Amino acid sequence: MTAWLTPRNVVVAALLVFLALVPVYSALTANTFLMTLFTRIVILAMAATSLNLILGYGGMVSFGHAVYLGIGGYAIGILAHEGIGSGFIQWPVAIAASALFALGVGALSLRTRGLYFIMITLAFAQLVYYFGVGLDRYGADDGLNIYRRSQFVDPINLSNRTQFYYWCFVLLVASIYLTWRIVNSRFGLVIQGARSNDRRMQAIGFPTYRYRLICFVIAGTMCGLAGALLANHTEFVSPAMMHWTRSGDLIVMVVLGGMASTFGPLIGAVTLLVLEETLPILIKLVATPFAGAAASRAAEYWQIVLGPLFLLVVLFARGGINGLLESMRRD
Amino acid sequence: MLLVLEQCLNGLQFGLLLFLLAAGLTLIFGIMDLVNLAHGSLYMIGAYFAATFVAWTGNFIAGAVLALGATLLVGMLLEVIAIRPLYGRDHLDHVLGTFGLVLFFNELVRMVWGPAGLRVPLPDWLNTSVPVLPGLAYPTYRIAIIVTALAVAVGLYVLVMRTRLGMLIRAGASNREMAGALGVNIKLLYTLVFGLGAALAGLAGLMQAPILTVQIGMGENILILAFVVIIIGGIGSIRGAFIAAILVGLLDTIGRAFLPDLLRMMMTSRGAATVAPALSSMMIYLVMAIVLVVRPQGLFPVTTK
Repeated sequence: MTAWLTPRNVVVAALLVFLALVPVYSALTANTFLMTLFTRIVILAMAATSLNLILGYGGMVSFGHAVYLGIGGYAIGILAHEGIGSGFIQWPVAIAASALFALGVGALSLRTRGLYFIMITLAFAQLVYYFGVGLDRYGADDGLNIYRRSQFVDPINLSNRTQFYYWCFVLLVASIYLTWRIVNSRFGLVIQGARSNDRRMQAIGFPTYRYRLICFVIAGTMCGLAGALLANHTEFVSPAMMHWTRSGDLIVMVVLGGMASTFGPLIGAVTLLVLEETLPILIKLVATPFAGAAASRAAEYWQIVLGPLFLLVVLFARGGINGLLESMRRD
Repeated sequence: MLLVLEQCLNGLQFGLLLFLLAAGLTLIFGIMDLVNLAHGSLYMIGAYFAATFVAWTGNFIAGAVLALGATLLVGMLLEVIAIRPLYGRDHLDHVLGTFGLVLFFNELVRMVWGPAGLRVPLPDWLNTSVPVLPGLAYPTYRIAIIVTALAVAVGLYVLVMRTRLGMLIRAGASNREMAGALGVNIKLLYTLVFGLGAALAGLAGLMQAPILTVQIGMGENILILAFVVIIIGGIGSIRGAFIAAILVGLLDTIGRAFLPDLLRMMMTSRGAATVAPALSSMMIYLVMAIVLVVRPQGLFPVTTK
């Protein structure tokens, strides 16, 4: 076996090829559901990748990361509602808004540590969540429909589902590449050093607060872009996009896939979202021989399996799926 | 003026309920160093037990006592089965593991009690009003909540500061290895503390049950508020939790009561009705952010280390 042909690399390569071929399969079988599902997966994988940068590599446990999905989404939604349909305005606004918000939140919350940091990031997310609930002009609690996806110049047409999927895919791969480049740069080493021992990094002369803040802003901006994609995908924004359980889902994706690993968040996002779709079917299959007709009733309660699964991952698979795949190589 | 007083009483009542939740949360964090998102689920379960037992016994007090005991048991069972392996791990693991438990409990409740909300009827003798001041009648039940919660707060103070168990709890909080080395059964102590926290959350849930609809997910928003309370008060400090809980309760209730009128001067009444609750919810988080910026360790940080 050559050195690069590890189980993990094979899985990652297979996953990437699969993701690249989803539109082809969907076109051949006229299966639009699969297309919609995987567009969502690719977008949320991008959000999880951005969270991994601060949570996995930086050790900053942000429990309010979904707020950037909301900010990016609402930037698109509000501009579209006000009649500004051009993506050349919408997207920069979405990116700038999430970057600015991340700068403010990061500047304040990075002064705290541990549980305080977890909770202050959550508090800021809740703040924006309730702000969204109070946005009377833009649908408040019920959310806001977007009647037209962002308009770009001619060859780029986001209303074409296949083209939109590939844009999401390209941006996902780009953000994974960017994260990888950041992590392996001098900047990324400082961030990881600050995770292991912040005081020592400061003692050898790095202003870690500034490094961590910049890292926090990069992650927020990346997630804001994912939010802009998500709004274009669902053609709808609502405060539910940034509910705190959404932030919890993003953390689950990162940890499930494997923290501080290049492709972990992607693996985690695919696993979690596919599990959400297939668990009811799986439960039905497994339970039918024992429970008969009751099995389909049991399948409705699939979250009762999913919840404890998180606990098991935490207890027995700290490295997530990525870690499991890597340990297979040593055997 | 009377209206302001009435809203202050409402705020006090809400604050005391928050304290019951926050006290358990802060005890569990202070002693076991555990972030427990499933605390809100115990609050929800207390309310559901109350709905079942009150209907079963036909007596509100008997139902409440049974519900309290049942929540205590569920809490201790939960600690032994699922929480124990989480001790000593980092906070991210706690967040994720107990987040899974939240999903589990929501689904379990849906399975057992069904998706529809439940109502808990009040007995006639509690469903009256008492004249607090001339011209101001206040519901008896809300007064009962205030009295019960205050009594529990005092009881908790006595328990922690004046009894042997409390001494062990404080010893476990300041140095668990040393307490263990001196022969304290730390495992049992942890189970008891977790059970105590669960019972406090259950008490808050069952007292809230007749006022609100008992429904799935009812523990989630109030859990976040309880976290805000312990952050403002200083994590691990029961005194801080008490003061912060009253503060948050008053702020939230008074904001909800009077912001619509204030806003109506500036915008349409429909707009004000939508914006006011959102604004008063935001206010709490804003206060928390300000507190953390000015005093990153909360208002009453625990100094013993």
